[in-house]
Amino acid sequence: MRVRRRRITYVDVFLWAFRIVVVLIVVVGSIATLREGRYTGRQWADFVEFGLAQGGIYALIALGYTMVYGVLNMINFAHGEVFMSGAYIAYFVAAPLGASGFLNQHVLPSLLLLLGVAMAVSMSVALLVERIAYRPLRRAPRMIPLITAIGASFFLQYTFRGFFGAGVQAYPDIRVLTGEWQVGPVHLLRTQALVMAAAVVMMLVLYAVVMRTKLGKAMRAVSEDRDAAALMGIDVDRIIVFTFALGGAMAGAAGIMYALVFKQVYFFTGFTPGIKAFTAAVLGGIGNIPGAMLGGIFLGVVESVGPALFLDGLGVPAPYQLRDVIAFTMLLIMLIFRPSGFLGERLATKRA
Amino acid sequence: MVRLSRLIALVVCAIFAAGGYLVTSVPGAQMGPVNDPIGVVKVGPGEPITIAYWLVTSGSDGSLGTDSKRGIEIAIDDMKGKFMGHDIKLIGEDSGCNAEGGQTAATKLAANAAVVVAIGSSCSSEAVPGSPILWKAGITTVSPSNTAPPLTDPKRTKDYDGYMRVVHNDKIQGMEAATFVRTVLKFNSAATIHDGSPYAQGLANEFAANFKKQGGTITAQEAVAPTDTDMKPVLTRIASTKPQLLYYPIFIAAGGFVTRQSKEIEGLKGTTLMGADGLDSPDFAKAAGDAAKGMYLSSPDLTVFGPKYDAEFLPKYEKKYGQKPISGFHAHAYDAANVVFAALQKVAKADGGSLYIGRKALRDALFATKGFKGITGTLTCNPYGDCAEAHIAVYQVVTANPATWKLGTDPKKVYPLK
Repeated sequence: MRVRRRRITYVDVFLWAFRIVVVLIVVVGSIATLREGRYTGRQWADFVEFGLAQGGIYALIALGYTMVYGVLNMINFAHGEVFMSGAYIAYFVAAPLGASGFLNQHVLPSLLLLLGVAMAVSMSVALLVERIAYRPLRRAPRMIPLITAIGASFFLQYTFRGFFGAGVQAYPDIRVLTGEWQVGPVHLLRTQALVMAAAVVMMLVLYAVVMRTKLGKAMRAVSEDRDAAALMGIDVDRIIVFTFALGGAMAGAAGIMYALVFKQVYFFTGFTPGIKAFTAAVLGGIGNIPGAMLGGIFLGVVESVGPALFLDGLGVPAPYQLRDVIAFTMLLIMLIFRPSGFLGERLATKRA
Repeated sequence: MVRLSRLIALVVCAIFAAGGYLVTSVPGAQMGPVNDPIGVVKVGPGEPITIAYWLVTSGSDGSLGTDSKRGIEIAIDDMKGKFMGHDIKLIGEDSGCNAEGGQTAATKLAANAAVVVAIGSSCSSEAVPGSPILWKAGITTVSPSNTAPPLTDPKRTKDYDGYMRVVHNDKIQGMEAATFVRTVLKFNSAATIHDGSPYAQGLANEFAANFKKQGGTITAQEAVAPTDTDMKPVLTRIASTKPQLLYYPIFIAAGGFVTRQSKEIEGLKGTTLMGADGLDSPDFAKAAGDAAKGMYLSSPDLTVFGPKYDAEFLPKYEKKYGQKPISGFHAHAYDAANVVFAALQKVAKADGGSLYIGRKALRDALFATKGFKGITGTLTCNPYGDCAEAHIAVYQVVTANPATWKLGTDPKKVYPLK
């Protein structure tokens, strides 16, 4: 083998070419689409709005990934199923409420009840998975809990399938939430508006818990250095349980919002949002809480706006078929340009 | 080489015989009274004759395959579970309504030398990779619900020689659907959505081609992924082209999302919705809710089925399973099974308590099906495996109530009206 003098390898050339191609597609495509003038301002606003609502849901799920990564340094691939279980079980509360008419007469108490049920269920599932599948492997090599997480994910999916069948369960419609509100020049679909507002509130609450409470401080300490935290008298196991509970609760809330927007749940519901939320967490900088929020919302908006903005002008037929390509290309670009994500791995700076 | 393979076959025979396992298949061999170029299945005395299904029985489209499986089971009941003195054993694999599932199911069935013939698959996406695998093992498959045109195209490769279907080709469904929209609804513009599967893509393209041929305009031809949930961006894109009708011949989960979300899109509120046979299930009414009210579905015309369908088949179905048919292809599956039994009757040779079936002979007998009186119509196969007497109807969803979903009354038939 000859020694390479030049420091530019084929891989570098390829990566640079990849970056240039992606940037060209984005720039040329956007300009062409905007010049074409196919969409009205209202439609662009709609794209952004749909993306924000979807992104809010991604962000809430991504928080669970990122917090667990922060304290345990592992990817909890069963988190998508934690999200699904909350949405699924709450359906069994929503269906009788809808059938009896209570849901439409007392919307707010019903929604709070559903939210409570979903959060409680998701939290319990997250804690069970932690207790049964992860805790015994706390000192095992990193790959082992990862594989276990994938196993736990399959276990949960097929448990739900076994209990409730493979069919689709559909949430009842809530009359008050159909239609739209007009805020100035912007039309907001009511469900989307509610989901966006709720996602923001949830994230603020979570941020306050992590930054302002003693438990949150302990959590941050564990994520910086688990052993040092233990020496300072922090019960590490308790903090890990707390982290899973918090992540599970957020996933449950996301489950209800997902159900409000999309209405259907089935045993495989958690898979795609789970993968997307993981992508969002990496985009924002895994381990970083504001990063997960930003990553989720960014991913949602890019998925919604991207195909129309980047590809329409280039004459690509059926651009929305390529939505996932755009989402995962964003991930690749992020990993090439800035592997630590938008905001860096702040919760776990030491390990970055 | 030939000797070696004979030797291996002999050893395999010996092993199976030693294990008391008498059902075997020998590639290209003489066995008992039968000589067949690709293989002979021997069903020993007292052994069951094995028929396999490969249908989607789980996931969001599970109702489609389960319904067809029930059709096969009723056909077996009609034979009193016996064929020429042997029990009929129905085995099967879930094919998942996707290419990967179809490939896995076909590989598993192909590995089982006892399988005489297969019935399936449910979705065209499964048949594309799956049926060549089965045919390589000498297994002919009869599909009750694959409708994608390329599967029986005269230009199909030899790999598909063992594939036939007793259901319509979507060339016909696409044409009928387009004719309905042009001549009955009198619409000039339409948009289509498919999900990348051979079925949806084929049907959407046939619809678009025929719609254009009849003087209409296709404003957009879009695609989604079957796992997508947020359809609003793609629907907004379609709304920007202002179609009068949206035709989306996709499956239940994505179809439910499109139906619900189209009601939330400015510019699509007045657009008429139309789906196809992939959405004919009470599960779709559940998934789409009230948004499905008033939408159209193109699907096989169950009302032209012979009197046996209402008088004999439906009561048997309801008695056996305690519910109305849950999808649209139970009758086709029943016919598929009966076509198989009729062909078996022609080629199976009994000899000393055993039954010998030549695989190539069975394939040829199936393809030679002519004037077979099934409950879906009179079946006659062409050399490429299209056997159905195709009648397509358009139905309109009335109440979107899963409990009362029954193709014909609700959704109610609106075309063709005599």
